[in-house]
Amino acid sequence: MTLMRPTRRRRYIPGGALSKYLLRLFVTGASSRTGTAIANLRRICEQELEGQYDLEIIDVLQFPELAEDEKILATPTLIKSLPLPLRRVIGDLSDKEKVLLGLEVHLERSGDAGNAGAAQ
Amino acid sequence: MTAERKHMPVEKIATGISSFDIIAKGGLPRNRTTLISGTAGSGKTIFAVQFLGAGIEQGTPAVFVTCEESATDIRKNMLSFGWDLEKWEADGKLAFVDASPDPMTETVEAGSFDLGALLARVQHAVRKVKAERVAVDSLGAVFSQFSDQSIVRSELFRIASALKAMNVTAVLTAERTDDYGPIARFGVEEFIADNVMILRNVLEDESRRRTIEILKFRGCDHQKGEYPFTIVPEGGVIVIPLSAMHLSMKSSNVRISSGNQSLDEMCGGGLFRDSVTLVSGATGTGKTLTVTQFLQGGASNGERCLLLAFEESRDQLVRNASGWGFDFDRMERDGQLRVVCDYPDVSGLEDWLVIIQAAIRDFKPHRVALDSLSALEHVGSPKAFREFVIGLTSFVKHQEITTLFTSTTENLMGGDSITATHISTLTDSIILLRYVEMFGEMKRGLTVLKMRGSAHDKAIREFTIDKGGMRMGRPFRNVTGILAGAPVHVSPGDLERVWAEADADPERKRKQRQT
Repeated sequence: MTLMRPTRRRRYIPGGALSKYLLRLFVTGASSRTGTAIANLRRICEQELEGQYDLEIIDVLQFPELAEDEKILATPTLIKSLPLPLRRVIGDLSDKEKVLLGLEVHLERSGDAGNAGAAQ
Repeated sequence: MTAERKHMPVEKIATGISSFDIIAKGGLPRNRTTLISGTAGSGKTIFAVQFLGAGIEQGTPAVFVTCEESATDIRKNMLSFGWDLEKWEADGKLAFVDASPDPMTETVEAGSFDLGALLARVQHAVRKVKAERVAVDSLGAVFSQFSDQSIVRSELFRIASALKAMNVTAVLTAERTDDYGPIARFGVEEFIADNVMILRNVLEDESRRRTIEILKFRGCDHQKGEYPFTIVPEGGVIVIPLSAMHLSMKSSNVRISSGNQSLDEMCGGGLFRDSVTLVSGATGTGKTLTVTQFLQGGASNGERCLLLAFEESRDQLVRNASGWGFDFDRMERDGQLRVVCDYPDVSGLEDWLVIIQAAIRDFKPHRVALDSLSALEHVGSPKAFREFVIGLTSFVKHQEITTLFTSTTENLMGGDSITATHISTLTDSIILLRYVEMFGEMKRGLTVLKMRGSAHDKAIREFTIDKGGMRMGRPFRNVTGILAGAPVHVSPGDLERVWAEADADPERKRKQRQT
């Protein structure tokens, strides 16, 4: 049931600023992989979600209980809590296509994403 | 630290699974990681939880990292073994790290990653409860959650070495596809851990046989080979350590009555207190009677007796006994007799051993009779059967219990039973009951074949059975070939000549030499 409603709601997202993307990125310390992931994510968000997102970065070394709550194994892990459905992307986010696919941004504005990808 | 370790032998911690500690010669190596590999249903998770539970009961906190089943499922499943994980958690003695996959969340892999979050969670949990024991169940389930196997492989190495740095003793489980094949599915699990143990669950002659084997303990000793084990409710894994059973057997010189005076005389004054006697004979030769007399002999001496009956129903046993003038009902009421009566097929042999041991611990009998071993023989493979008999005989000897086993020979006349040949070396005394066909009549014969540590009557005596039980008669003096199953009547004249030659010959030679 909870899955049905979000699917319907998703249709209304593209035009409106009703819903923001709520993103959380879990990383381990200040490793180079952490740096890459943050840089990749910032770039993707600015290109694809301009101003429509909230991003929180969480270090699992400092907040292991948050990782426990979300049952996270891998870092970096990106969680999209809103809009529903909940989606997860793991890795340093270097594969932009997959990130967009994982966040289901790709599905909604496939044309834009495709163009953006080609332009790079 | 490293310099110190070079000179120190690897220390072991007693797991608390007592039977396992015997084959592990003290327990698991401290602050090391041990891989437990096994096929589906071989008892890996149970062993892992039992390892933690045994520690918790001694006051050692633990962390359970579950990568396959959810924590909720584990809590529920382990209740049936009497392990209340929720209580341990509430007491702050156990922490879960739930790393099981969530089927509701779709995950996409986009780029390289590490398992830093899992490691951080494990470290956090270990710090939180001050754990000294950790179980990871299972490594294979971590692999199946990610598509990039090489990352998982190197990350599991990192986690294993981090566990060592945390000063915890850890068990890691891994699946294997075959009971006799590669150690584990992904081919790397055994390199992640210092030590490797294998649990097997092999189908042998239509019955399941569980064994545990310690393959390697880096830098320390352990018992080699496969040891049977069983998993029982309210207890979990119970290993049956065969080799440890011969360690400290006492031997008693005290004689006790078999319940039949003539038989006692044939045995040179009775059975030894902690001896194991095998009564072998064809159906109807009087084995159950021998058992009944043995129990009566104990009861009349104020001893407690345990009867393990696998051939006849309880009512039948009581009726038989009363036919020979023994009152089983009264003996039971007086607390001198307990009868365990069941179909042999309801449990595996390992389970029977555990059940019987529990009954003996509970009732503390002076005498145990098992009627018959042959009925149990078909429950498992010959190997499992032999292990059962070894396990049982050594157990009763440790408790200084006088034991009587019966076994049924297949042939009516003479012949060996498989049971008898298998276990005759394990018993101290053997009494044979045989049919003897003479002049168109079936007579019964009894002989004491073996009586360890004592002289005994070598004759084959005739006996009859009546209302008073067994009545011993004269020896079959002029018959040969009884044990071979082909009795031949020999005329007294021939017999005397043979004996005279046999007896007199050496004597005569000696005299000749002297003169």
